[in-house]
Amino acid sequence: MSILVHEKTRVLVQGITGDFGGRHARLSLDYGTQVVAGVTPGKGGQVFEHNGHKVPIFDTVADARRQTGAEVSAIFVPPPFAADAILECVDADLDLAIAITEGIPVRDMVRAKRAMEGRRTRLIGPNCPGVVTPGRGDKSHGGCRIGIAPGYIHRRGKVGVVSRSGTLTYEAVWQLTSKGHGQSTCVGIGGDPVNGTSHLDVIRLFNEDPETEAIILIGEIGGSAEVEAARWIKEHCKKPVAGFIAGATAPAGRRMGHAGAVIGGADDTAAAKIRIFQECSIEVAKTPSDMADALLRVWKP
Amino acid sequence: MNIHEYQAKALLEQFGVAVPRGVAAKDASEFEAALAGLDGSAGYMVKSQIHAGGRGKGSFTNGLKGGVKFSATREKALENARAMLGNTLVTAQTGPEGRKVQALYFTEAANLGKRPDGRDDEYYLAILLDRATSRPVVVASTEGGVEIEKVAHDTPERIAKVQVDPAVGLQPYQARQVAFALGFKGELFRQAVALVTKLYQFYWEKDCAMVEINPLLVTKEGRLVALDAKVSFDDNALFRHPDIVALRDLAEEDPKEIEASKFGLSYIALDGNIACLVNGAGLAMSTMDIIQHFGGRPANFLDVGGGASKEQVTAAFKIILGDPNVKGILVNIFGGIMDCDIIAQGIVAAARETGLSLPLVVRLEGNNVAAGKATLAASGLKLVAGDSMADAAQKIVALVGKA
Repeated sequence: MSILVHEKTRVLVQGITGDFGGRHARLSLDYGTQVVAGVTPGKGGQVFEHNGHKVPIFDTVADARRQTGAEVSAIFVPPPFAADAILECVDADLDLAIAITEGIPVRDMVRAKRAMEGRRTRLIGPNCPGVVTPGRGDKSHGGCRIGIAPGYIHRRGKVGVVSRSGTLTYEAVWQLTSKGHGQSTCVGIGGDPVNGTSHLDVIRLFNEDPETEAIILIGEIGGSAEVEAARWIKEHCKKPVAGFIAGATAPAGRRMGHAGAVIGGADDTAAAKIRIFQECSIEVAKTPSDMADALLRVWKP
Repeated sequence: MNIHEYQAKALLEQFGVAVPRGVAAKDASEFEAALAGLDGSAGYMVKSQIHAGGRGKGSFTNGLKGGVKFSATREKALENARAMLGNTLVTAQTGPEGRKVQALYFTEAANLGKRPDGRDDEYYLAILLDRATSRPVVVASTEGGVEIEKVAHDTPERIAKVQVDPAVGLQPYQARQVAFALGFKGELFRQAVALVTKLYQFYWEKDCAMVEINPLLVTKEGRLVALDAKVSFDDNALFRHPDIVALRDLAEEDPKEIEASKFGLSYIALDGNIACLVNGAGLAMSTMDIIQHFGGRPANFLDVGGGASKEQVTAAFKIILGDPNVKGILVNIFGGIMDCDIIAQGIVAAARETGLSLPLVVRLEGNNVAAGKATLAASGLKLVAGDSMADAAQKIVALVGKA
């Protein structure tokens, strides 16, 4: 198994007729992902064509779900409209909404997250690279790629990867793949201060997933999500975990690219988080080049 | 986005929050007129306007102590103002280089009330996002006029927090909870409830990242007044607030950061000598970290985004080379989707266009990386290829160390 998504997951793309959404819909189709619908209000009835694939476009998420059985949405719509797109997935009772969009106002996300309480739909992101469950074909072809990650760097295997950052996730995945170790699922939870799924949520899923044997947890400065995850790992996690925290050299009070990556107090510095990782028996990577090796120090596949 | 105190107070006043009367001035010729409009019976405050805290305890490079000065008379206020404007104020938050004061704010001094124990009657009030719950939180304390971090550390029981449900907004009972926590009674209680309500309305409607009033004080006349105000806004929401964007003071920002933002680059200057150019915020931060890990000092954070086009890379090189401290450059690109060869061509063109002569280490990984490395090797540029982040970081540290 994997977590969140698998080879047969049926995916719809909100914003498939835009440049950004269209480009990544094509890459997902090339990867072998089941992209079964697009949603662009006012363009219902059109077809998104790519390499022989004909993906029908619908006006609403509810229509797309009803007619194609799509369970998961990849959201590529521009920031002013993205929270609305998320809530449309909630209304349509999708399993999962994965919001790639960067730059959504915090107030919109605060309201959307409140409106999602008690509802069926899980949100990943926003401002995230998405989710990849690698396939079993050549260069992991045939997997489920939702978002903007490069598919070919993956390999199907036993390591779960969770991170706020895109390129840092690719770095960890590539280190693993280069050393011959594959991934069960790779989850980018996003760099915003308000997001749908936390490090801890993903760690819990990996802990319950029979295919996942070991976990890489990548965090950064700002907030306390990594600390919550680390404390839970110490008490409950049955699997070896390696961790890395980016931002040891970041000056306090400055936003480092990600909206959420800002040091607010003494507890959300890289040093503080690393110390807590160590207290919680997480093997800390000394540098970003050491992430796969750190895991292999505590996990003997 | 940050704004000045005088701008924050003008906005708060529009929402009905009481602030001391004041006038801002950006030129010495405006001082007399500014003071003429104020009632100086209790004296004046002359306040340096910079986007950094700790102004009161800061000092000027010309020797003047304090970036916020009480001035008993009009003449004293003018003297203080002339010593402040155009000079450099160093505070705990500006760094040793300080910040040039380009605007002053003259206000009427308030008649500060006293508590029964003789202490100044000062409070703390703020609204910000509680990241743990993804909800706004009102933070209030009976201990005003000091750093809230210190209060949180020494006497956490003196801080009250009230979380707001964004579905319904701040409720009247919650405003009362805050007013009770601050110990107000009678007329002051009524004022405090109104203040908290208005402050929340401002925070929510204007997409604030944070609103902080410290100190909030009670005057001898029994009025609640926001003596200082710090307001910052969510950058992602600025598109719907042109009135707030108009308050942006570019003089308070690093010109290199402004230039970078024009090209969609995210740049933050640091004080080291090894510049880095990276795609992705997380990778950019960890590139700085790994430079330090191997004994070097990063000169900047620079995220060129996922695409890393030739135009962006060229702009990034120009910005990096604008920093005279830079002695070497580390390029770290994980070209996941992007063709590494196109990125390599961009790096070569940018290096040529900028006449780059500093040591350059390039670590390229990802799609079509072999062709990219070949392009770099065939360029004739004096650059060193790094195989991994660790390898590249060690190479640039060695080169800059030798230089």
